[in-house]
Amino acid sequence: MSAAPETLAGCVAALRAGTVSAAELLERSRARIAALDPQVNAFLGRTGELADRAAAAADRLLAEDPASAPPLCGVPVALKDVLCLEGAETTAGSRILGGFRPPYTATAVQRLLDAGAVVVGKTNCDEFAMGSSNENSAYGPVRNPWDLGRVPGGSSGGSAAAVAARMVPLSLGTDTGGSIRQPAALCGVVGFKPTYGRVSRYGLIAFASSLDQVGPLALTVEDAALGYLLIAGHDPADGTSSRSAVEDPLTGLGEGVEGLRLGVPREYFGVGLDPGVRAAVERALEVLRGLGATLEEVSLPSTDAALSTYYIIAPAEASSNLARYDGIRFGLREDRGSLLQTYLSTRDAGFGPEVKRRIMLGTYALSSGYYDAYYRKAQKVRTLISEEFSHVFERVDAIVCPTSPVTAFPLGTHSDPLSMYLLDVLTVPVNLAGLPGVSVPCGMVGGLPAGLQVVAPRFMDARALRIAHAYEQATEWHTLQPGGVEAAAT
Amino acid sequence: MTGTLRDASAAQGGSGESAVDHEAVIGLEVHAQLLTRSKMFCGCPATYVEAEPNDNTCPVCLGMPGTLPVINRRAVEYTVRTALALNCVIPDFTKFDRKNYFYPDLPKGYQISKYDLPLSVDGHLEFDLDGRRVRCGITRVHLEEDTGTLHHAGDVLQSATSSLVDYNRSGVPLMEIVGEPDLRSAAEAKEYLERLRQILMYIGVNDGNLEQGSFRCDANVSIRPRGTETLGVKVEIKNMNSFRAVQRAVEYEIARQIAVLDGGGSLHQETRGWVEARGATISQRSKEQAHDYRYFPEPDLAPLVLGAEFVEEVRRALPELPEARAARLIEQHGITEGEAVLLTATREQADSYERIVGRGVSAGVAARWLGNDVLRLANADHLPLWESGLGEDGLVALLGLVEAGTVNSTTAKALLEELYLAGGDPVAIVRDRGLGQVSDTDALGALVDAAITANPKAVADFQAGKETALQPVVGHVMKATRGRADARLVNRLLRERLSG
Repeated sequence: MSAAPETLAGCVAALRAGTVSAAELLERSRARIAALDPQVNAFLGRTGELADRAAAAADRLLAEDPASAPPLCGVPVALKDVLCLEGAETTAGSRILGGFRPPYTATAVQRLLDAGAVVVGKTNCDEFAMGSSNENSAYGPVRNPWDLGRVPGGSSGGSAAAVAARMVPLSLGTDTGGSIRQPAALCGVVGFKPTYGRVSRYGLIAFASSLDQVGPLALTVEDAALGYLLIAGHDPADGTSSRSAVEDPLTGLGEGVEGLRLGVPREYFGVGLDPGVRAAVERALEVLRGLGATLEEVSLPSTDAALSTYYIIAPAEASSNLARYDGIRFGLREDRGSLLQTYLSTRDAGFGPEVKRRIMLGTYALSSGYYDAYYRKAQKVRTLISEEFSHVFERVDAIVCPTSPVTAFPLGTHSDPLSMYLLDVLTVPVNLAGLPGVSVPCGMVGGLPAGLQVVAPRFMDARALRIAHAYEQATEWHTLQPGGVEAAAT
Repeated sequence: MTGTLRDASAAQGGSGESAVDHEAVIGLEVHAQLLTRSKMFCGCPATYVEAEPNDNTCPVCLGMPGTLPVINRRAVEYTVRTALALNCVIPDFTKFDRKNYFYPDLPKGYQISKYDLPLSVDGHLEFDLDGRRVRCGITRVHLEEDTGTLHHAGDVLQSATSSLVDYNRSGVPLMEIVGEPDLRSAAEAKEYLERLRQILMYIGVNDGNLEQGSFRCDANVSIRPRGTETLGVKVEIKNMNSFRAVQRAVEYEIARQIAVLDGGGSLHQETRGWVEARGATISQRSKEQAHDYRYFPEPDLAPLVLGAEFVEEVRRALPELPEARAARLIEQHGITEGEAVLLTATREQADSYERIVGRGVSAGVAARWLGNDVLRLANADHLPLWESGLGEDGLVALLGLVEAGTVNSTTAKALLEELYLAGGDPVAIVRDRGLGQVSDTDALGALVDAAITANPKAVADFQAGKETALQPVVGHVMKATRGRADARLVNRLLRERLSG
């Protein structure tokens, strides 16, 4: 069992070959979690019997006819705790949803279940996915497997750390302003945010509906591509999900970058970019050039406006999305006799400071008299940003740049919310434009991983993955294992 | 209108005579639930009156975390149908917006509605009132979702010891029809509402139930010196759940506003509720307390592009509307305007009439019977003809007997009454019971002679010139034949004998 494979593709192959069983993989996953998670805190909830039953069912299918078993049959996976799984506690990292067990399953999760996956547990995250360090979780921060004194990034920090620490080969995260890509970069794994509308948001506890997108985190681009393929596609339960056909990213994954034109946006290499990260990304660009790609400097002039645009639109939508948490119908209730006091006390006790801050920001931005100055203007800038990307994509096939301007930082570094928001500067424009973006490990800076971001035009998800895969296969960064957590566990 | 004002201000204890000649300006906002099978944004049944509390709910209409709305295509179709029936323009592009406010009957904390790009704009509704043609503009017809319902142990939420929430109504498709402030009296307001309700029921989008609230109305009322153009201070009136309540509330409010101004006071923009028991409106909320709904485009729904083809398809399927249908029936069938209005009151009624005429009953006979005796029975028994025991088949048979002269109208009316609920074949019954009309001149002649002998006073009066005196004599013959005598023939025979 010690020789059990770590990657998703490896697990799938071994299960089919019969060299490992679903029960064994589940057991190994649980053993890793038991050994490492007291330090990492990647998991908020385990699925227990549910996982045992799923593994047993997978083993029966595999025993009957491995060839016709569904694609992920018997593979352990983890879900960010903003994704609903029927009967399993789903908190979104918030006290206000403590004890909430949804009577329904998110479409993306259901598709993984249909593909035979075994859900091991729900992963920790910033409260309602609001944060870039996982320090905003009501259930304690996640720690970076590379250095337990540092953050894993956020908000899908638990999903990134669980994959980095080899607790599961695949996890689902969500990305509203970088929440898959940034923790993937900081934890040294692959994280993919698909085109907006490509993966159903049904059953995803909303942060900002026009930006939220579900996506996979894995050890390799191939694994992420498989995870993506299984969850992508139209869902009649999500009115914003696209009806266009999903291009299989696996068929052309190995076609390389020969002849592709890659844009390097100069605004993404500006002030605030860690010199070590810059050097790592520049070396990565050289690798891509060596593989036959043409690099071209491009400009996205509104990049500096993206952050403020994002921090108006996302809180505005959040202020509305979070109005339903009133302490009456689900989750926490701080009963204070009168209805109004119960509302006030529940929301006061249930929401953390960052969530309250964004509710207030968003409420203000939508208020009569301020709407035009903030929300409407932000929507206009959003359109402008989108158009700039479209314009650039007339000249280049994809954009390559850093994912995060910094590597994993020590817990408590950014006590000022604004300095934390600045960390999202390279990821939020991609959400505002609804584009697919993947982060792939591209080097080590002071013993910590750095990430290369590949951004493609809308619905060119397969192209983003193909470029990331070409780079990954030419390097060995994705094979490195975090030592920090192993040392702490022994 | 002056009379109206006097009455209402008398109720207020005012003097009743205004120094300035005021004109009322009234605009109505109607909310009508759509008769779709499922709710606006989920698959739950849209019926809620019969259901047990919270039976017709799901995670979507309960606003649970992570759930998403999906637009009900039929609801959009019904709204477009309504908009076309009200002569509206349908823009190419429409979107939903969120209207944010906090109330326990609103599970998401916002209502999915429409703000600046409604489904339709710029329509109008025209109707006749007291011989005048009234035209009321329709600002817009749009689509939103209804809220749940609250049941308080106490009067209102704030003072209730406890409250129960039923989300069966949550998410039921709700159409908002905003009228222009083109109405000038309570009578016009009531007529507008009745015509609007008739049209909605005609086109099959709403059941028109004011009591149960599937058709609800708010009124915006202001006054201004007659002849001026500027609008006065607007007061919104809520809580009216009958046509009569709308008329009374608007009358009251006009009088109240005039009384305030006449008394040297000033009006302020507010929302007032109609209290039926007191026959008065009372202040609920001033402009300062108005909500800031923080509208913004609903990010969970893509904008809607209907397309000319869809709109044309709906337009083609639009049924003939009541006014046009009445005009056609007058023109084609030669029935009276009164009959036409009665027969086209509902689409089902008009359809039934046309089916009966289509089966050979003459238009005049069908119109008379349907507009009088059949309608009276239908109302008394709360059962339309087509659902009654007699049915259209029975009525066609019965009217056939009348038109052929087989039975007289007295017999036919008695049969109609007898068979309306119980059912039965009129032809067989007339044959079996020997109810056929007696039109034998010899047989009737003998009875007529007997009647003359038995009613000397009436005969004398008639011969002295009193026409109506003949009735008891005719009645005598009818009684002797158990109503089966051909009344026209009896009359003729009588007159022949008495004039001779």
